[in-house]
Amino acid sequence: MKKARGVWVLGEQRNGRIHPVSHELLAWGRSLADGLNVSLECIIAGHGIAEDAKQLIAHGADRVRCFDHRQLEIFRVDPYVRLMERLIREYKPEILLAAATTMGRTVMPVLAAHLHTGLTADCTELAIDPTERLLLQTRPAIGGNVMATIKTPSHRPQMATVRPKSRRPMPADESRTGEIVTEFIDESLLDSRVSRLGFVEDLTMGSSIQDADVVIAGGRGLRTSKRFADLFEIAERLGGVVGASRCAVDQGWAPYAHQVGLSGKSVSPTTYIALGISGSPNHLAGMSSAERIIAVNNDPDAPIFQVADVGIVADLADFLPAWLERLRRGTGEERGGPR
Amino acid sequence: MKRILVLVKQVPTTESVRLNEETGTMIRTGSDAAINPLDLHAVEEAVRIKESSTEEVAITVLSMGPLQAQSAIREALAMGCDEGILLSGREFAGADTWATAYALVQCIRVLEPIDLVLSGERATDGETGQVGPMVAAMWDVPLLTYVTHLACDWTQLVAHRAIEGGTEEVGCRFPVVACVLRDLNEPRLPTLSGKVAAHDNEIKVLDGNAIGADTSLLGLGGSPTRVVKVMYPSFQRNAELFHAIDNGVGVALDYLESVFTIDASQTKGPS
Repeated sequence: MKKARGVWVLGEQRNGRIHPVSHELLAWGRSLADGLNVSLECIIAGHGIAEDAKQLIAHGADRVRCFDHRQLEIFRVDPYVRLMERLIREYKPEILLAAATTMGRTVMPVLAAHLHTGLTADCTELAIDPTERLLLQTRPAIGGNVMATIKTPSHRPQMATVRPKSRRPMPADESRTGEIVTEFIDESLLDSRVSRLGFVEDLTMGSSIQDADVVIAGGRGLRTSKRFADLFEIAERLGGVVGASRCAVDQGWAPYAHQVGLSGKSVSPTTYIALGISGSPNHLAGMSSAERIIAVNNDPDAPIFQVADVGIVADLADFLPAWLERLRRGTGEERGGPR
Repeated sequence: MKRILVLVKQVPTTESVRLNEETGTMIRTGSDAAINPLDLHAVEEAVRIKESSTEEVAITVLSMGPLQAQSAIREALAMGCDEGILLSGREFAGADTWATAYALVQCIRVLEPIDLVLSGERATDGETGQVGPMVAAMWDVPLLTYVTHLACDWTQLVAHRAIEGGTEEVGCRFPVVACVLRDLNEPRLPTLSGKVAAHDNEIKVLDGNAIGADTSLLGLGGSPTRVVKVMYPSFQRNAELFHAIDNGVGVALDYLESVFTIDASQTKGPS
């Protein structure tokens, strides 16, 4: 029997465009493939995606396998699983990654069940154990209080879903070369036992806090809903969006869509500003991969300062109005220009 | 008669969960345990379907765990489910999601015919959300994930699924597995008579043989995954602290601006 070899990632498209989470997967996949000295392939299903597939090469894939068919335009678990499963059984990758999106978290357990192999959910860290060539899959457990590292010693492929925004994509390198393979589609595999009857778009269900470069997040230390509401103006003036701790959401200061943390969304912005957030394990698990973290809190021992690059010990009741006043006064003229 | 199976899990209610350092599996013998909160929505939906259905409906609650997990099943019985089954025995201990789904599906095959299986989207302890989809896959029936609304007339199940960017309406035939979110409904509180009935209801406890399982596929031994390390997360950026309380807020803001500058061209003015 052929030995399992190679790293595969399951790309995602929405409305025929490659979704950026695919590039995050390729960044993970690239380092694993390089660690194992094998190739990195991206499997993607959709309709009219062949042209866009070049992006996947530029972001790190050595080969892209495309299933392109009108009936694959929207994700349906039955045909996606049948097509992927056939390919996996034929080529036997040793590792298969997908994003922990509603698609990845639906298709991967079904594939793992059929293939009789292990699957680890919502990983935030992936590495190769060099002595055994095994995938080390690390995920937060028990509300982010501990990190558990899991491996799949003898079943293949080793499967994991990866939490979106747990890693930045590599910059596109248009000079990279790779192969784009349009896979043959056996139309008898396209039937679905579940049919789509309709779709109601609701963009508030999207991931705007996940896409923002600057996140201004508030927590219990703001103490009042009115002070929390000031964050929206600060965020607007700084070109950012508002995030919230679980406590702030529980208080009704912000809707759940703004919640950052294991129980909400993971974010990885360029700058994360935590105001009055003490830094529970649940919260830290959702933002500690930000490029730069600035924390303002009145408690110098707050755990948030351990993950922050810049810490200011201040009472938000003084700090926030003063900051807002300053932002209102001088928007960019004498302060805050590019450095 | 139609039959609904609700999958429930007993989870620790406090943060005092301990891990077995050898196996990396959770130690669940503590007394602070309850039915997984999302499973209550699955139970509630089953009871609502039973109440509104023109056909006769029987609801079975199925769980896997130590004998203490019977109390989680009793919570579901008190809300209006008819019977409870617990898969229990040493052979099930330490199961990962694959081995758990295998055991549950073996039991489903013993219980068949079953028309509808409901489960919470994920449990608050493991947080994988994998068992429901794996049950659908091994049982080979349609799968609905992220369900926020169900309409069941026993010829077709229509569901709303909350996915990125909106809500999808889907339909499928029975039998089917649906994994539900908390938006689905508001779970009822058990009535006193419900609690009494649940207390008197004898929960069937089945072992690996009773469900005809290949014991090599159960528990830790049947699990493809292994927890190899458990550690407390360390984040080591350790900011140098600037004390506004000593230096004044104005100086603190100067300091903030010295480390965090915004590109003025991207800064939006007041609207």
